[in-house]
This record gives sequence, structure tokens and C-alpha cells, in this order.
Amino acid sequence: MIKLNINGQLTTLDVSEDMPLLWALRDVAKLTGSKYGCGKGICGACTVHIDGQAMRSCITPMSYAKDKTITTIEGLSEKGDHPVQQAWQTLNVAQCGYCQTGQIMSASALLANNASPTDDDINNAMAGNICRCGTYPRIRAAIKLAAKSTNNSNGETS
Amino acid sequence: MIKKVSRRKFLQGTGLASGTLVLGVQFAPVFAANHEPMSFSPDVFVSMDETGQVTIISHRSEMGQGILSTLPLLVADEMEADWQRVTVKQAIGDAKYGSQNTDGSRSVRKNYTKLKEAGAIMRTLIQQAAANVWAVPIDQVRIENHQAIYQNQTIDFKNLVKIASTLEVPARESLKLKTEAEQKYIGKPGMKNLDAHEVVTGQAKFGYDIEIPGMKTAVIARPPVVFGQVKSFDASETLKVPGVVKVIEMPALTPPAAFKMLGGIAVIADNTWAAIKGREALKIEWDHGSNASYNTKDHEAVFIQALENPKEVVRNRGDVEAAKKDASKHLEAEYHVAGLAHATMEPPAATARINGDRVEVWACTQTPQAAQGNVMATLEIPKEKAANVEINVTLLGGGFGRKSKPDYVAEAAYLANESKFPVKVLWTREDEIKHGYYHSPSYQKLSGSLDVDNKVTSWYHAMVNHPIGATFDPAAKLAGSTDLGQGDMMFDVPNIKIALGETDTFMRIGWVRSVTNINNVFAASSFADELAHLAGQDPKDFLLQMIGSDRIEDFAADDFKYSNYGESPEQYPAETSRLKNVIQVAADKAGWGQELPEGTGMGIAAWRSFLSYIAVVVKVSTDGNKVKIEDIHMAVDAGKILNPDRVKSQMEGSAIFGTSLAFYGEITAKDGAIEQGNFDSYQMSRINQIPEIHTHIIKSDAVPTGVGEPGLPPFAPAFCNAIFAANGVRHRRLPLKNLTLV
Ligand code: FES
Ligand code: FES
Repeated sequence: MIKLNINGQLTTLDVSEDMPLLWALRDVAKLTGSKYGCGKGICGACTVHIDGQAMRSCITPMSYAKDKTITTIEGLSEKGDHPVQQAWQTLNVAQCGYCQTGQIMSASALLANNASPTDDDINNAMAGNICRCGTYPRIRAAIKLAAKSTNNSNGETS
Repeated sequence: MIKKVSRRKFLQGTGLASGTLVLGVQFAPVFAANHEPMSFSPDVFVSMDETGQVTIISHRSEMGQGILSTLPLLVADEMEADWQRVTVKQAIGDAKYGSQNTDGSRSVRKNYTKLKEAGAIMRTLIQQAAANVWAVPIDQVRIENHQAIYQNQTIDFKNLVKIASTLEVPARESLKLKTEAEQKYIGKPGMKNLDAHEVVTGQAKFGYDIEIPGMKTAVIARPPVVFGQVKSFDASETLKVPGVVKVIEMPALTPPAAFKMLGGIAVIADNTWAAIKGREALKIEWDHGSNASYNTKDHEAVFIQALENPKEVVRNRGDVEAAKKDASKHLEAEYHVAGLAHATMEPPAATARINGDRVEVWACTQTPQAAQGNVMATLEIPKEKAANVEINVTLLGGGFGRKSKPDYVAEAAYLANESKFPVKVLWTREDEIKHGYYHSPSYQKLSGSLDVDNKVTSWYHAMVNHPIGATFDPAAKLAGSTDLGQGDMMFDVPNIKIALGETDTFMRIGWVRSVTNINNVFAASSFADELAHLAGQDPKDFLLQMIGSDRIEDFAADDFKYSNYGESPEQYPAETSRLKNVIQVAADKAGWGQELPEGTGMGIAAWRSFLSYIAVVVKVSTDGNKVKIEDIHMAVDAGKILNPDRVKSQMEGSAIFGTSLAFYGEITAKDGAIEQGNFDSYQMSRINQIPEIHTHIIKSDAVPTGVGEPGLPPFAPAFCNAIFAANGVRHRRLPLKNLTLV
């Protein structure tokens, strides 16, 4: 039995310590928004936030995830309206869509640390996420759009 | 044929609620599985329920081409539906849904008018219903954005559904389709994808994500070499892995491979991790079979031998040999493109449940009907029981042709039948790369002659590869297909010879996005550039000049039996003016001809494939072995464009797919087994390597044509031509192994 916080809920999962977080999320917690793409930490499809950091859940054993706070795409925002999710829709980023939850989790972690990323910042933060359909230019544009809308609305309220 | 559909008869299985107005749209006469013509059998359902929600049941698999929003666009625009109140659903796989194959970029170009008519019928029914309510003539009622309007009164569609469903469907001749100026969605930029919210919230269900009660997960240790077999195996360690419930030996594969299961040992477990660990613990002794003699490296000599001695001339004009004798300059070059895997982001996955003689499948498949046939063959279900096999199409995490080959669907059905559990078969990345239906490695030889005026007087293009046909008929040896990027060249050259060589095949070969256009257009468009430099001319001007006068290319005149992507040459002629136009547009937009810094260059290539005309200009900068893509411009003429945003995204995707194959794509076999296995050994381009991509859509009233595939072929040659322009190094082999993409 492993305890951890998933999307704000204390959760206990009956899984072995060596099971990667990805399979625990998908098969046991039934959260299938995190995707399998390589199982080796090289495609980013499985990206989740662990204590706020973007990490590859396919190579994160449950022994590491234990007692930590996990955010998956399902918990990124209550209504699916995180600025990154909105920008993704505005710019029709997705093609097949399969890689996009991982992309969004990497992008939202980037913006949490860097409110106005440059192209280079974006390229560096997102180079671990493969999109076979080829949505890279739109991902870059959407991250900038999300940054802009967040900065604008922060400006208004402060 | 378009009819109103009675609920009882057709609506089971569609998930539509009662109180709904439903139209069935039938594209062409269809035949039931027992070959009896069926009276009325819709391909698409268009419905509206009492909340005014419009649901369109699409018969096309989604594979990243936005088809789920493109087809409804036609209906919703005509019917004046509010795009926010439109949803689409997948149809299940059954012969009664007509052709569900989404290969060949055909989805949009068929059935264009039928779908608009369906929308117009819905609109007219609503209009008549409102006219009845207000007791005014129908032409006094306007329909706009989900509302019927009469003077200053409005009624929402939802309040008219009931009445509309009692009315007679208007005759086809009476329908007034919108003029182009009246259209609101068709051809407009920025149409939102209907499934975007599900995708960005992780709710979208792909084949990998299917979960049904009592389901187990299976992974399979497949023979490393095609037609290899299990000699013996020991599963004792596997069965000790917690969560593993069963180990099942799969039947061995016999030729032809077709879409049959590959064989091996399946591990069935409570969860994916247990299945993967169980598979790792298997001890299997393989009999690798005769394909173990195949080494990609050694086969190069066989290929070259075959290339020098082609077996068949498929297009012939004049006399290339004589032209060579009279030439002022002559050039020969050989090109090679390595084998390629699909590497769909979502590997193949299928789930099957068997209940008595009912089989239900959920799968990411591009071809539900082929999947249904494959399941029936695997489980020996007779044709007349086809209705018992239901294929539910999930979203596809990429297709590129891999998911039109339903071997994995057969595996799920087989294992569900043997294990008595509902089973989900998951392919890992390694499985996907090591057990694919590959784009064959190919070798090509081109030669061309110039006269004293630097006009091209001859064009010779020979090609050899492992043909796709060998997957279905082991006796097939002749390379294929000349129709895709080789024989269909549109250069106005007096002497032409197009030839194919023969060789044996040792792995499963299949169609990968744009098929042999990948290697043929790479060779032909690189060679065109080489001839331009030989002639000392600007490559763009030279290309235009080689294409020559405005005309419709008459392939039959050269005894070339050209399939024209299955369409009639009258309706879809090969027009040189359109090809020249995209070249000019791409060049102009890219700033072709401008002074560029040292080490920087532009390259161009253009081809007509999948009936669409595409030109690509790539700008690169080079520094020793480092190459950086600076800019990409693509001009596309795909006839009338329904959804410009999705055309753009397909062009962007093609350029990026092209970058991956140009730089990294290489599948090789050692002793018959594929050496690559994951994204470390079979790499993909990354975001930092890709610049902005500019797509220029040519406005056209021609019949719409495909956009999923034709952007790919000209990309790699434009890219390599740019490298030549930048640093004078000609690359004739893909991938570009000794270069680094930065
Ligand atoms: S699945 Fe985790 S990085 Fe690829
Ligand atoms: S959208 Fe298909 S892999 Fe990224």
C-alpha cells in the first residue's frame, strides 16, 4: 500500500514499490490522461508534476512517488481552463492529441517557474517532449500566448 | 441518398436519444456482408435532439487530420448550426457504413456534396417547421446560427426539432445550397477542433486508454524475425510475477504475413507493469526461420545489382540511350533512403471482449472494416455472422498507415477467446519499432542529359525496394510503386524511361505516410536540382522550365498505366500550371533569389501527389557538420479548402515528419531482426530543431484533394538541396548520418 496525494486527494494504491508511477496512475488510479510513449524517459508523453516539478512518470517508481504530491493533467485545473489549456485550444495545437497532455504538463511547469519564457527557454524546457504529428511551432506559440494572457490578467488584478 | 431515419431500425448502436430528428446519408449503394444489396444503409447520421444538440456520426477514423471536425463542417455550415452545439462521434466498423478506410488522404474529397445536402435538408426542415408555427410561407423564415427568424421573432432549433421530425424530407432538386459568400465555417481560418477540450484535459480516449470491466492487459513476446517460431519456452518465472494471470502461446505465422498475428508468447496480467515484467521473465528459445539470413548491410549489394538490371520499364518515351549519345552534358547519380518505421506516438493497442458468439473490439484503427475481417478470419467466424463482430474506433494517437494494418486487433480477439477474459493488447514502443510494417529501404539511379542550350533531353529513373506486395504475396518481387513519385513526374522531357528492379523481401513491408513518394521524390527532386547546377541555372527557374508549358500531363501517351490515386484523370487531371504555380508562390514567399550569408542556402522541391500540388522551400545555415533549419515555406494547392487550419497543421506535420526521416530515420535488420527499438535508437526531431513553418494555401475551386500525405515527399529533397546551396555538399543518402541538426 502506497500513500500519495494525487490531484489534491490523499490516495492509497495497492501497488508494488517498483511499479512506475505512470502505470499506477493509468491502470490502478484510472487516470489515463498521462500517456505511454516510450517507457524510458525520452518522449515526455507521461509527464506529470511531482511536488511542482515536471517529471517523467514512466521512470518514476512508486517508491519515489510515495508521500509526494502528484498533479496529472486531470488535476491541472478544475474546469480544464488553465491558461495553457486555453491557449492550446485557441491555437488548435493538437493533431492526434496523444502527446499533448504531456506537452501541457511540461509547459505549465515551465510557466510556473518562468512567467515570460523566450524561444530558447521554451525550446530547452520542451525538447524532452516528442510530438510525432509535428505540432512544435504551435506549442511554442501557445506557450507564449498562455504567458501573455497570464501576465495580462495578473496585471489587471494587481 | 438521404433519408429520414426511423428510430427503431437504425438508431440502436448509435447512442442517439429518442425525440431526435435523424437523417441518414448514404454515399453509394452498399452491399451487406452476405453480398445482398441493402435497401438503405447510411454512412453518416446527422441528428438533432430536443436540446438542439447536433450530433454527426462520422464514418471516418480520426488520425490527427482533424477529420472529425472537417466532415461536420460541411453539415454544420449548410444547416446554420452553432459550432458550439455540434458534436461528432465515431461509427462502429461494419460494411453498412461504406468505406471507412482513412488511408490515401481521401476522406474529404469523397462525399463533399452529400454532406452539404444533408445540412441543407436539416436547415430546410427546420425552416418549414418554423413556417408552420408562424403560419407564414417558408421563404419568409430566415435561418441563422441555430435560430429560425421571422420579422422580430426567433425560435431556437431545439424548439423546432419535434415538428421538423414529422415533415417530409424535401426533394434534392429543391435544396438551395449556400453560395461561397454565405458560408461561415467552410474555408474559414481558425475553426476550433471539436475534440480540443477533451484532448487538453486528458479525457480523450485513445486505444491505449480503453478500460472495460474485468479486463486484463497483455503484452506479447513476438518472434524477433518474421516467420520465426517458438521452439520451446519456460514461463515459470513469469507466473511468479505478482499480477500475471496467464501465459498463452500464440499460433505461429505462416506466409503471407498480411495482417495476421506474428505469433510468440503472450503474458496476460492484471496491469500493464505486471505484464511487462512477466514478459521480461520469459525464457524463450526461438527458431528464427529463413529470414534470419537477412542483413540490411549485406543486402545493399543485392539491391544495387537489381538496380543495374531493372526488370520492367513502366514508362517510356523516345530513346534515352540515343539522347545520352547526343548530349552536351550527362549526369548519373544514385540515391538511397533507409527503411522507416511509423513510430506513431501511440503504439498499436486493441481491446476485445467475447460474449457467446458476440465479439466487441475497441481499437485505434484506421480501417475498422479490415479489422472486422481480420477478427473474423482469426476466430473463424463465417461471413454471415459479420454483424456479431463490432469494431469501435477510438481516437488514434497517430496513424501514418500503421493503424490500417490490424494485426494487433487480431491478437486482442485471439487472446480474449483463449483466456476467456476481456483483453487489452498493448504494444510497447520497442514492439512498435521492432515489429512494424516498414517503409522499405530503397535504391535509385537517375540519369539525365542536357543539350547545348542546357535543355534536359533525357530523364531516366530506376528504383528498387522490397515491395509492399510481398507482405501479401511472397512471390511478389518487383519494386513498387512507380505511381508514387517516379513514373508520375511531370517534366516535359523528350526522352523518358522509368524502370523497376526486383528483389526478395525478408520483413513486413507496408505503407508509411506518402509511401514510395518518400524515396522517389527525394531522388527525383534532388536530381532535378543537380541538373540545374550542371546547367549553371537557378534551380527554381530550371524546375519551372523542365515542367514546361501549361498542359494536362498525358501519362497514357507513354504507355504508362498510371493509377492517379484511384481517381479518374478527367476529374483529377495532372495540371502543370498548378505545379508551376505552387513553385512560384513558395519561392516568392520565401524570398527566393535574395543574397544570403556565407554557409546559408535555400532549396526547393515540388511534386503532385495524392492529387495535390505542393512546393517546399527550405532555408538552412551550415557550420561544418552542423545544420540549422532557418525557415520553411510550403505552398499547397489541394483544390477547394474546407478547413484551412487543418491544412496548415498537416503541412507543419509533414515538414517535421520529413525532418525526422531526413536526419534520423533508419531501420536496419541484423540476422533478420530489427536493430532499433525505442526513441533513443530511432530518433525523432525535437522542438528546438524546428523553426516557424509558413503555409501558403492556393485559392482554388477545383475538387478538394488530400492534405495528410502530399506535404511530406518534397520536404527532404528541398532540405538537401538547401544544404547543397549552403555549402556545396550533395547528400544522396538518407538519413544524413554524419550531420548534426541543431
Ligand atoms: S513514456 Fe515517459 S518519457 Fe516516454
Ligand atoms: S499531436 Fe500527435 S503526437 Fe503530438
